[in-house]
This record gives sequence, C-alpha cells and structure tokens, in this order.
Amino acid sequence: MRCDDVAETLAAAGDGLALLDGADRAHVGRCLRCQAEVVQYRKLLRALRALRTEVLDPAPGMLTDILAYLEEAGERHALRSLLKGRHFAYLGGIAAAATAGAAGAIVLAGRSRRRLRVAG
Amino acid sequence: MPHEVAELVAAARDGDQSAFEELVRATHADTYTLAYRLTSDEEDARDVVQESYLRAYRGLRSFRGDAQFSTWLYRITANCASTHLARRHRYRHEQLDHETPVFEHADRDPSAQAEAGALRDRLTEALRELPPKLRAVVVLRDVYDLPHEAIAAELGISESAAKVRLHRARRKLRDRLFPLYGQTAQPDEVDAHAV
Repeated sequence: MRCDDVAETLAAAGDGLALLDGADRAHVGRCLRCQAEVVQYRKLLRALRALRTEVLDPAPGMLTDILAYLEEAGERHALRSLLKGRHFAYLGGIAAAATAGAAGAIVLAGRSRRRLRVAG
Repeated sequence: MPHEVAELVAAARDGDQSAFEELVRATHADTYTLAYRLTSDEEDARDVVQESYLRAYRGLRSFRGDAQFSTWLYRITANCASTHLARRHRYRHEQLDHETPVFEHADRDPSAQAEAGALRDRLTEALRELPPKLRAVVVLRDVYDLPHEAIAAELGISESAAKVRLHRARRKLRDRLFPLYGQTAQPDEVDAHAV
C-alpha cells in the first residue's frame, strides 16, 4: 500500500482514526509521512472547531438594518396581500355581474319565447 | 435550546413581532459570523443575514422545535448563502480582494488575540482562498458541526457530493497551512506558529 492510497481516507477520517480499516491503520502505523499527515489533520480540525467559539462583531447599524428590512418586507407583503384581496374582489364583482346579466338574459329570452307561443 | 430563546421562539410563532425582534437581537452576531465565513465578504454577509431572517420569519411556523433554533437558523443561512453566491457568480467574477475587513473578536483582550492569532489568521486566509463550494461544506461540517445530510439538503447537492467536497476542502486547507509537505511533522514547530 502506498501513501497516496491512504491520503483520501485520512482526509475523510480527519481526526477519527478509528474510521480507518485495518490495512490503512497498519500502513499509518509504520509510515512517518502518513503519521505527519494525521497530525496535520488533527491540528487543522482543532483550529476549525476553535473558529466556532469566535463571534465576529457585525458592523454598527446592522441590527437596525435587519429590523428595517424585515419591517419593509412585512409592509410589502401586507400591501401585496391587500392588493391581491382587492383583485379577487374586483374579479368576484365582475363574475357576479356577468352571472346576473346572463341570468337576466335567459329570463328575458324565456319570456319572449312564451309570448311568441301565445301570439302564435 | 436555551430557555429564553425557546420562549421567544414560541412567542414569535404566536405572532409576537417584538419577540422575533428579540430573537434577531440575540442571534444576529452569530448568524453574521456564519454568513461571513461562508461568503468571505462583508457586504454579501449582510445581504445573506437579512435574507436569512426574512426567511426565518416567514418560515417560523414550520419550525417544529425538535431541533435547536440556532441549528435551524444555520441551515437557513447556509441555504441563503448558497443561493446568494450562485446568483452573484452569474453576474460578476469572483473578486480576489485581499483588503479584508478587520474584526474585533468578542471576549478577547488584545494580548489573548495576539496569542491565538497566527494559526487562526492563516486558517481564515486559507478558508477565504477556497472555492466557495468547498468552503461552504467545510465551514458547515467542521466549524458548525452540521450533519452531512443537512449540508447536502441546504446546498442542493447529494450527500456523497458533500463528502467529496469536504475531503477536497480539508486537503486544500492542509496543503495551505502546512505547505512544506513532509517537513512539518514536528508538532512543536507548528505549535510555535499556532500560539
């Protein structure tokens, strides 16, 4: 087995050497180069985990910006809902008027047909 | 989940606007930190944070509370950052700007910062130089400890792709931090740089 064969496994294992299978572990056990690599990954992961405890200070005014953005988005959303509601109301009105008109036309047509029959 | 946060989440879900504002107040620095680590750009991070909170606000009712609120918010932030970077990539080329902002780190006095500085600075620089797709995976997995499944879901990739990216990212970081391959086996030397 060569170091290159183990390299991918070492990157995957990070500092969890228990994840290595028997052959890989045996190779690492007798290969100084791979052992050095293991040490490096261990240091890398430790440093990465340490970043988790660091909190960056956001630029001043950021909190205000976020809250203003949320408010603005909320207003936009409310306005859109309102317009959407009105839109539906208009459509509903038009539909109701059209239905009423159609019903009226049918009634009128029925009456005129009846009159024609009586006259005939 | 800390008791206070849980109460704020519950109140915000019931429509209490001020409770959500309190949540933003309590978590925005942490969210910004993740956004900055994912984007490596102050302005992008601000946009991502704003968008993340908007999505969180709109999706709060879907938050079931079986995960930590912070984890839920990290996932949203990761998703927003991924979308934001993809969109930005379409419009302009990645800028190689080394004029990075200087941040004060909370709870650290200047001497402690100097002590902890070297390795962290090199790592931060190395992270910044990673391609965004690799950076996202290694930050979410190795810094924020999100499971592969969650990372894959938020970045819109398969779990196996997430793992492959993670391994590639680790190798690149290792190569960058320990450039003299085979000569950095002495931990003392590395430690001398690190602390």
